[in-house]
Order: sequence, then structure tokens, then C-alpha cells
Amino acid sequence: MKTPEVIFEALKQHFGEAILAQQANVLNEFMIDVEPSAIKKVSFFLVSEPEYNFDNLILISALDDANGKKVIAEDGSFIFEGGTLSLIYHLESTTHKHRLVLRVTLPKEKPEVESVSQLWQHADWEEREAYDMIGIVFLNHPDLRRILMPYDWDAGYPLRKDYKNPEFYQGMKVPY
Amino acid sequence: MSVKTEHMVLNMGPQHPSTHGVLRLEVELDGEIIIDVKPHIGYLHRCFEKHCEAMTYPQIIPYVDRLDYLASMYNEFGYVIAVEKLLGIKVPERVEYIRVIMGEFQRIASHLVAIGTYGIDIGAFTPFLYCFRDRERILNLFEITCGARLLYNYMWVGGLSHDIPPDFVRLAKEFLVDFKKTIAEVNNLLSYNKIFVERTANVGILPVETAINYGISGPNLRASGMKWDIRKDDPYSIYDRFDFDIPVGEGLRGTVGDCWDRYYIRVLEMVESVKILEQALDQIPEGNVQETIPKRIKPAEGQIYTRVENPKGELGYFIVSKGGLQPHRVKVRAPSFIHLGIMGELCKGHLVADIIAILGSIDIVLGEVDR
Amino acid sequence: MIYNFLVDLIGNEAVAAFINSIIPLLFIVPFALFAVYLERKVSAHMQDRLGPMITGWHGWLQTIADILKLLQKEDITASKTDKPLFFIAPILAFTGSYMAFAAIPFSSAYIGANIDLGLIFIAAVSSLVVAALLMAGWASNNKYSLLGAMRSAAQIVSYEIPTILVILTILVVTGSLNLYTLSENQTNIFKWLIFGGYGEGWQKFAIIPFMMVGMVVMFISTLAEVNRTPFDIPEAESELVAGFHTEYSGMKFAMFFLAEYANMFAVSVLVSAIFLGGYQSPFGYIGDVIGVSWLIPIEQFMWFAVKGLFFVFVQMWLRWTLPRLRVDQLMEICWKYLIPISIANFLIVAFLMVLL
Repeated sequence: MKTPEVIFEALKQHFGEAILAQQANVLNEFMIDVEPSAIKKVSFFLVSEPEYNFDNLILISALDDANGKKVIAEDGSFIFEGGTLSLIYHLESTTHKHRLVLRVTLPKEKPEVESVSQLWQHADWEEREAYDMIGIVFLNHPDLRRILMPYDWDAGYPLRKDYKNPEFYQGMKVPY
Repeated sequence: MSVKTEHMVLNMGPQHPSTHGVLRLEVELDGEIIIDVKPHIGYLHRCFEKHCEAMTYPQIIPYVDRLDYLASMYNEFGYVIAVEKLLGIKVPERVEYIRVIMGEFQRIASHLVAIGTYGIDIGAFTPFLYCFRDRERILNLFEITCGARLLYNYMWVGGLSHDIPPDFVRLAKEFLVDFKKTIAEVNNLLSYNKIFVERTANVGILPVETAINYGISGPNLRASGMKWDIRKDDPYSIYDRFDFDIPVGEGLRGTVGDCWDRYYIRVLEMVESVKILEQALDQIPEGNVQETIPKRIKPAEGQIYTRVENPKGELGYFIVSKGGLQPHRVKVRAPSFIHLGIMGELCKGHLVADIIAILGSIDIVLGEVDR
Repeated sequence: MIYNFLVDLIGNEAVAAFINSIIPLLFIVPFALFAVYLERKVSAHMQDRLGPMITGWHGWLQTIADILKLLQKEDITASKTDKPLFFIAPILAFTGSYMAFAAIPFSSAYIGANIDLGLIFIAAVSSLVVAALLMAGWASNNKYSLLGAMRSAAQIVSYEIPTILVILTILVVTGSLNLYTLSENQTNIFKWLIFGGYGEGWQKFAIIPFMMVGMVVMFISTLAEVNRTPFDIPEAESELVAGFHTEYSGMKFAMFFLAEYANMFAVSVLVSAIFLGGYQSPFGYIGDVIGVSWLIPIEQFMWFAVKGLFFVFVQMWLRWTLPRLRVDQLMEICWKYLIPISIANFLIVAFLMVLL
């Protein structure tokens, strides 16, 4: 059992620049910001070191931070220019019973990150969902397709804050 | 000389009697032997997470009901705990007890459906109706409490929508006495039935390392022999007060982690739930169930992940608040969604008939898979 | 014999034969209606339910209403089906099960065709059903139907073997394959084949346990031949939707349905005709006691129906109690257990009858 602070120090030592900062959220659960390019390495380290042994990936949540410049169009709809998308990894060790939260922040223009599905099979579907809903592209993912939306959905990524429903989908009217 | 044979692709579903909803399985067959299974989901997708971003925190509760519609009480349980933690509310004892009672009744009801429909999948129709007879009595208990039988909107942030009626405790205890007989009956009729054991034992074996790697939780993980229950390992509400065991799969009829284990673990869990219920019904204190309901729910900026032991597995809510009346993002860790991901792995090399046995044994609810 | 009576009455053998051949139909159709009703009631009471209660007293009109519904339904034929085969299959299925009734004596006064090789004839014509199922499965152009049809072909062909081995055992014991002769000779309960048959001497007692084994084997394998649970794999609802008749609707579906229930009854009366004295009463006849000879065939027909219904009930009982086997387990039961048991049984009985 290790506290997130201890793990943060260890990671900082090991990866240096790739570990950006730690942030406390309301309930003092620490979240460690990781450079996007290093997430695979950091995950591998956390899984393979017996000291940490984060064998269980609880959840990958993707979210749109909605922090870009809001551009309002004439019809009242808006888009965000710039800004970031985030991926939050909740990890847990079933042997040591400690938990850790990692965050990766990606630019909205080019949201690409290395897939961790080789480490945790569970990440396969979670990453597909993140791709489907927010539009984050996972490099080296075995089967990156849409999962909940139709395979031929081309109107964007629904969970982005500036998502707009299309008028028609395959000839069917979408908004009721 | 080798003979080239062609693989047949069989589409199971979206409308098929035993896909438990609108699930499409693309099955690649060599004769009757499965080469690969690919689940295609999303037929029931109704943008739950998108809806959440446009609604206030209490308005989300009815939507949460519709995730795992066989265990609505437990979905609410997990959600209200998450929001209460965000707000820093402590609810009265009576509320905690009633929540646990409702949650455990819901667990029994959900497992009864799992067991009954599993019987149908294997071809035994009769145990299903015995299970539903008892589930009906649980639903009646819910109905006298909150008026609804499937989607309750019963647990509110900081309290409950109604107190339990005066004769609830008596009726619940009467039910528990009768229910023990049902468990014995189901065991005799189904669990130890030779044909049923033949069909399920040594089929779809899930080793514990694979299970953890795939994020499997709840009864399916315990059936693989891992003693892992969030009620014990990361206690929430008042579960640390009750005395109950965590059954794990032992491979009594076959190998640890086979379909029979996954089925039988649910039977054993119902027995444990009865234990919890008996204790909780005896200890329930007096009090007001609505005194801590906040007038206005507006949590500070922050984020939280809370998890509960849903009948299907680890149900988690990841809520990000930006300080408004609506959450910025709600992400659900839906156990059924994660469990379905292992179908392809489990089915390889089995026969067509085993798909049904395996799918039934991991007990998914499509409302939760597709959200 | 009714046939002789008809010939005398009409004076034309062809017309008489035609009328003679329709008589079982007059029995089977009402029986099927009743069996469906019985099935519902039996299953309902086994499951703590009441079953149909609205249409008529305790729902007795329910199946008639269902038949009316089936008659009115649109007869859907998918565009990619093989139309001639698709059309012939249900007719052939019913023909196969109906032909089996030709060699079954309904009472001492009625048997469709008194053929000496009756038992072999039944085994042969019930194989026609295989052809019908394969046709239905293939012509439907549906993968579930095809899988169901292939399964049922394998299943029925395999389970014919233990049936025929038991029939051979009977041949060794009685020297006859004529069901009419068999039934006619088992005049009371001690002469039933399950209690050693109508022979003389000590062999009669020695073969009793082997006859019982033979009856169980025969019952199990006929159960598999009519695709009932636990052997209902061809139409395994949870796997193959409805198996070979997935694509059928309306009257064609009703034909399959009728064939299924006719088959159930055919194998039930077959087992009872071989081992349980067929139409013979276990105790004697009221007609004999009061001296009214025309009452006897009617009583016999009653006993025939009662015994048949008993086995139909057992089939339903099993269906609503047991889960379903898997394909490989089904074949395993046949080839690893039933066939060796029936061969051993046959050899022992032959040894007892012939060598000693």
C-alpha cells in the first residue's frame, strides 16, 4: 500500500520531465499529470514493477475540457477553437490495494496518444469508446472503430461540448 | 491433400431469443466450432452521458435507473453516494440502513433474473418461473415503498423519496423465510442437475489473471477464485457493520472460473444477501429520511470517482464538476460493458451452443452496455 | 376389422381402402389439439401458473382459437427460398409421421395396414422426416435453419440404431415384427413384453430385466427421434431461434406443428404397443363380463389412447423439468451408452432365448 504522493515521487525520479505535476481534487485524491508521449512507458512501469503492480485498470474516462476560444456562429451554435481534451486513467492494484489517477492532456487539433491496450486488455473497449465519443485517436490500437455510435457516423464526436447533431443520417431526419 | 473448408459467419442478433437484449454477435464458425466472436453493440445507445451534461444533479437519478434496469436501486445507490461525497453530506443512519436493505433486495432480484434466464438459455424453462415468482415479491416490496416496480427514482441526494411503510419490515422478513426454500428448490432443480452441470462445467473457463486484465469484476471475478468485493475491500455506506462472507468460485463441478462457477456464485451471493438483510432489518433505527436533502445542489469544482458493488460488478461513477448546477462530465464504469469485452476470448474453440452458456453466465444487461 | 366391414358396406375395395386410411386422421387432429392444450396446462401447473384460463372453461378453446389464427395468417415465403422444396417439406414431414400410424393397431378392430414387417416399416417411414427437415432447413436459405436441420438429421439417424436394436431384441423374443400380432397376444398384464412376453417356460422370467432395459432405451431414443427436450437440439430455442422451421409461418408452420404432435403420439403408442400390450387392457374387459362383444374394441381403443397419453405426459414432464443437452453430448449418449447397452441387451436376450 503506497500513497499517491509516494508513487508520484518515484515516478518523478524515474521519468523526470514526463511527469508534469500533481494536482489535488476536492477529496484530496491526487491526480498525476503525464506527458502524452510517456503514458505507455509510465503505465508499463506501473504494471511491471512488483512494488506497484497496478494490474487493474478501473476506467479510462475521456473528457472535453472546453477551455478553447468560444466562437459563436450566426445560428447560435458554437465551436471551441483550440483547447484540450483529457484522458483520465484510474488504476488499482489488487495485491497492494492502492489506487492512482493519471491524467493526459491532449491538444484538440491533434488528439493522438499511445494505446495502453497491450498492457490492460480492458483498455481496448474503453479506448474505442473514448475514440467514439470524444475523438481521441489511439496509436497502435488493435481495432480502433466506433463502438456505441453507428460505424458510419460521420457527424463528429458526440461528447465534445461543441457537438452539433446532423440534419440527416442516412436519409432519416435526426432532430425531432 | 488438404481440403479447404469455408468458415461460416453467423449473425446472432440483434434480435435473437437469448442475447438478452439487442446485442449482435458476429460468430465465425467452422462447422459448429467457434473461431471468433465479435460483439457489436450500441443498438440501445441513448446518450446517457450527453444527457447528464445538460441536467442538474437530481434530474440525473431517473436516467441512472435506466442503466442496469434490473438493478435500478443499486445504480441510484452508487450515484447518490458519489454526489454526496462531492457535496460533503453525511446522511442519517436510517437512510443508510434503508439504502442497504433496498440495495440487497435489488441484488437478490437481479441475481434471480440472472439465474432464471440462464436456466432458459440452457433449456430449462421451469426454474425461470420459480425465480420470477420470488422476484415479484421483492418488486411488491419496492412498490409499497416507492410506487414503482422497475425504475424507482427512490434514493435522492441526501435522503430518500419516501420512508418505508410501517409493515415493510414484517413483509420483508416473511419473504426472507420463504426465500430460503426457493434457493433450495432452485439448487435441486437446476444447480445440481446432471445435464445442467454437463452443459456448464468446464465451459468458458476464465483464469483469474485474464479476468483482472480484462477489468472483470463482481461475481464473474469472484467465480474465478479472487476474493474481491468492494463491500469488503473498499467499504462504502455502512457495509462494514454487517457480518457476511464473500463466496468465491471453487470449481466444485469442474474447473475454477467455468460457467457453472459463475452461475453458482450468484446463488451463494443471494444467501449472503439474505444474511445482510436479516441483520439490517433487525438493526434499522428510527429517524427522518429527508432532513439532509439539500435545497440546492451545486458542488464545488472538482472530480470524484466512487464505486459500489452492483449485482453485476463494480459500478463506478466518475463525475467532474466545474462548479455549475450541471455536471461537466459523468462517466459510468458499467460492469456489463466491460464484461462483454471478454466474450471473444471466452468463446474461442467452443461449440455454438456454448456461446449461449457463456453469454448467459457473464450476465449482461444491454441497457448498461450501450448506455 | 373395419376394412372388411367397409368393403362389405361399399362393395368397392379402393373406396374402402381410402376411407380406411383417413380414419387415423380423424383421431390425430383432435388429439393434436388436445395435446397442445395438455402441454400448456401441464407446463403451467409445473411452473406454479394456471395456463390458459380465459377462452372457454379453463381455457379449453384456446388451441382452437390458435388454429383459427394460424389458418388466417399470411403465408410468408422469403424471396430467396427454394420454393418447391420449401413447399414440399412440411407436407413430407406430416406424411412421414402419418404413415407410421398405418402399422399401429388402434384396437383389435382397426389397423391401417396389417403388414408383417410393421416395426421395420415404422422405422423406415419415420426416417422420411429427416428428409423433410433437411429440405426445410436447406430451402429456407437461413443459417439457423440449416444448422438446425443438420443437427436433426445427425440426431435422428443416430438414434434409429438403438431403436432398431431393441426391435431386433423383440424379434428374437416373439418371432414377430407385426404389431397387430404383438398386441393381440399380450392379452393381460402378465403377458406384456415388459413382463417377459407371452412365451412359455423359465426364459420368460429370465428376460424380464432385459425387457425393462430395452423399454427405457427405446423410450429415450424415440424421445430423441421426435426432438423433444432434453433432445430438442434441432429447434433449440435459445440457440437456433426455432431451428428448421424458423422461416415458416401460417399453415405450413401448423403442418410442422401437427407433425410434431402426431410424432409424439406415434412413438408413445409404439412403445406401449411393443412393451405394454398396446390396446390390450391389463385386467380384462367389461364387454366380456356383461357379454356385449361390440364393446370390447371400444374399450381397447380407450386403453390404447390412455397408454399413449401417459407416455405423451411423460414426454411433457421431462420437457418442463430438464435442461437441454449439447450436440456432442447428445451424440455421446447415443454412441457411447445407448448403442452398447442395446447391443449387449440384444445378445443376452438372444443367448437366453436361443442357446439355453
